Amino acid sequence: MATIRIPPVLRPSVGGERQVSADGATVGDVLKDLVASHEELGSQLFGADGELNRFVNVYLNDEDVRVLGGLETAVGDADTLQILPAMAGGAA
Amino acid sequence: MTPSGAEFVRQIKGQIAEVDPAQVHDVLWDENVVLVDVRESDEVAAGKLPGAVHVPRGFLESRIDGAVGDRDKRVVLYCASGNRSALAARTLTEDLGYANVESMTGGYTLWKDRGYEVDVPRTLSAEQRERYSRHILINEVGLEGQIKLIDSKVLLIGAGALGSPNALYLAAAGVGTIGIVDDDVVDLSNLQRQVVHGTSTIDTPKVESAAKRINDLNPDVKVVQHQQRLDADTVLELFKGYDVIVDGTDNFPTRYLINDAAVRLDKPVVSAAILGFEAQLSVFDTRSHEGHESGPCYRCLFPVPPPAELAPSCGANGVLGVLPGTAGLLQATEVIKLIIGVGDSLQGRLLMYDALAAEFNEVKVRKDPECPVCSRDRASISDDELGVFPDYEAFCAAAG
Repeated sequence: MATIRIPPVLRPSVGGERQVSADGATVGDVLKDLVASHEELGSQLFGADGELNRFVNVYLNDEDVRVLGGLETAVGDADTLQILPAMAGGAA
Repeated sequence: MTPSGAEFVRQIKGQIAEVDPAQVHDVLWDENVVLVDVRESDEVAAGKLPGAVHVPRGFLESRIDGAVGDRDKRVVLYCASGNRSALAARTLTEDLGYANVESMTGGYTLWKDRGYEVDVPRTLSAEQRERYSRHILINEVGLEGQIKLIDSKVLLIGAGALGSPNALYLAAAGVGTIGIVDDDVVDLSNLQRQVVHGTSTIDTPKVESAAKRINDLNPDVKVVQHQQRLDADTVLELFKGYDVIVDGTDNFPTRYLINDAAVRLDKPVVSAAILGFEAQLSVFDTRSHEGHESGPCYRCLFPVPPPAELAPSCGANGVLGVLPGTAGLLQATEVIKLIIGVGDSLQGRLLMYDALAAEFNEVKVRKDPECPVCSRDRASISDDELGVFPDYEAFCAAAG
């Protein structure tokens, strides 16, 4: 089971958890397993084409999966996936 | 009969080679010529020839080897008027075996009268030395770093939660010019986190309120008040006058606008964002020059903004008051490092701080070779493209 860090804006979709676990041998499989138990995340992570939305970055440990093998990147049990949408907050 | 002092100097001048300032001016910066200033330190402090090394005549014999190791090298000595340098030239030639030594006639005084360029070394006033003494004591800053800070110009976008700690600490650090862009006025609900303002400045423009506090903290700082929203029409003119841009804005359109203008003008951006208990921080520095590899820009990291439901940035959101303090000071630290040129910056890294968990995490930010902005020739980025991205207005409108 890989660990997935959930950013604040997505926490309502996973019952408020800061991190959750999911199964899978690749980044795509892990995220699909995550979506299977938290359906709301589906449209937030994936576009209609099944690819990651361009406004969401996913990191395997500290590396952007897009520069690794994308959704096909292999994931081990000791790995951490970080989901990261942009935040804008600051001055207000 | 022994000669008078003046007669002795005249005699020496007859025995050594002299050179006119005009000929010295011709070889300024010539690496085959070493210019040696033999005056006292207090004279040199008022100005010297560009590139000259300082070896006071009293230390000539003991220090000249360190300044000019090669005794066959051409050496031009000068003092204030040409007398001390003549005596020094004789010492170097006759006692120390330098083969090619000249004394500049008329010295620094004639050089200056001719209108040739001089280097006036930067010094701090006694008050500045006292104010910045704890900086000057650190090797990585020192006098040189402090002068860089005093000469620097930093633009804060937003005088709010992130802008406040930046304004205070950059002012305290002695950043010479701080520009502040903000069109808002101070509200009571700001004071839980916007510590550059105060109860006494409620209802006054934030730029004015911040300027007042900054000038109380450090009257040396020139505060430039830009009481306006950042917009595409004025962003380039505005950024041109500054060295570093500090992005502490609360919305995506402004973040993309800042990014695009900064990339086009080759200005580094120190960026932070906060929400709830979390902060994100990075340095976007796409300049490429010797010793610095062009880094990623904001669009490399986030090419498009998230849709409204994932971007709670169009309205008011809660934030733990101290969080922008933490994030803003990490920003200010990066600004100071960029100015002084020390350490490893957050370029190419996104730092995430989770205050609830008391955890720092970081991920790599890669430069996108196909980035719609920073992969391009800077001049090809048109005014119309600044801050533009698809569908933004729709989603912000949807978010109300």
